[in-house]
Amino acid sequence: MNILRLFSSRPAPAPAPPSAPIARERLQILLAHERGMRGQPDLLMLLREEILAAVSRHVTLDPDKVIVRMDRGKNVSTLEVDIELPNVPGPKLAAAG
Amino acid sequence: MAKVLVVTSGKGGVGKTTSTAAIGVALAQIGQKVVVVDFDVGLRNLDLIMGAERRVVFDLINVVQGVAKLPQALIRDKRLENLCLLPASQTRDKDALTEEGVGRVLEELRTSHDWILCDSPAGIERGATLAMRFADEAIIVTNPEVSSVRDSDRIIGMLDAKTVRAEKGERVEKHVLITRYDAARAARGEMLSIDDVLEILATPLLGIIPESQDVLRASNVGSPVTLNNPASSPARAYVDATKRLLGETIAMTIPAERSGLMNLLRGRRAA
Repeated sequence: MNILRLFSSRPAPAPAPPSAPIARERLQILLAHERGMRGQPDLLMLLREEILAAVSRHVTLDPDKVIVRMDRGKNVSTLEVDIELPNVPGPKLAAAG
Repeated sequence: MAKVLVVTSGKGGVGKTTSTAAIGVALAQIGQKVVVVDFDVGLRNLDLIMGAERRVVFDLINVVQGVAKLPQALIRDKRLENLCLLPASQTRDKDALTEEGVGRVLEELRTSHDWILCDSPAGIERGATLAMRFADEAIIVTNPEVSSVRDSDRIIGMLDAKTVRAEKGERVEKHVLITRYDAARAARGEMLSIDDVLEILATPLLGIIPESQDVLRASNVGSPVTLNNPASSPARAYVDATKRLLGETIAMTIPAERSGLMNLLRGRRAA
């Protein structure tokens, strides 16, 4: 079968595309962020704690079920907050209602 | 006036010790009085690269703790009389280094040398912070590779914040030294280019050391590449970098590996 391939008109595999521009872009995005963070408290930890405090004033929740995630893009970053609430209303919620 | 120069990088294995030895030799060859100091406590290697591993009696920690006097611990190079080595301890741990003690030893070295080259350990722990603490100038050794560039950026931030000079509102003069550069791969877009690295780090370039077999050959025999094979491309690049360090203006060329049949034959014979 391999010999047949010699005669086929299939082109030779293209060389791998240059990867240096990807390295450069990844570094630029990462370092722009890391430089801003230097010497500052961890922003995500801070957000997580304050969101947790705000929500738990009204709803009983398990602190382990609060996930704060950040996805950084070149121009826009997204902050994703995922809080799992128990189905049974907690005492605080009942009291508030 | 004596200058304390730290050779640092953050990341390990990028060529700090090789560069310290090669530049130390090049400075001494120009006639400067040089001491190279190994700060990598517990994992010393500068002695081995300098070919002085069997002559170590006392080390930096012995001097810091007052067990030995500085002249007893300094190892004079057998090939260059104005080059000395102050080795690190192989057995003690890095906590034995104190800021006060290191400062005192460096002050004493300043009185008798033109250049004090501090070979930093990798990382950002005590050994690395003390190696840069008293620096007047810094060489940040960087490979054209993402993790090395990122760590260099972090180290540059520390040089601007955590050195004695920075705390006094003065600057540590910083230079980037790119090592293990492969011009052919960079031209094919397989490796970060010099411009990419410099644009990202925003720090002046001291030199470009090409990837070369001569570097390994030099460390095999315990003779810094600038001494072992002065005609080789990395040695010439180190000498150029050293002259720039002394303020000379030298065009930034990327020394190419010699190639061709003759060189192949010569390389065979030399190897």
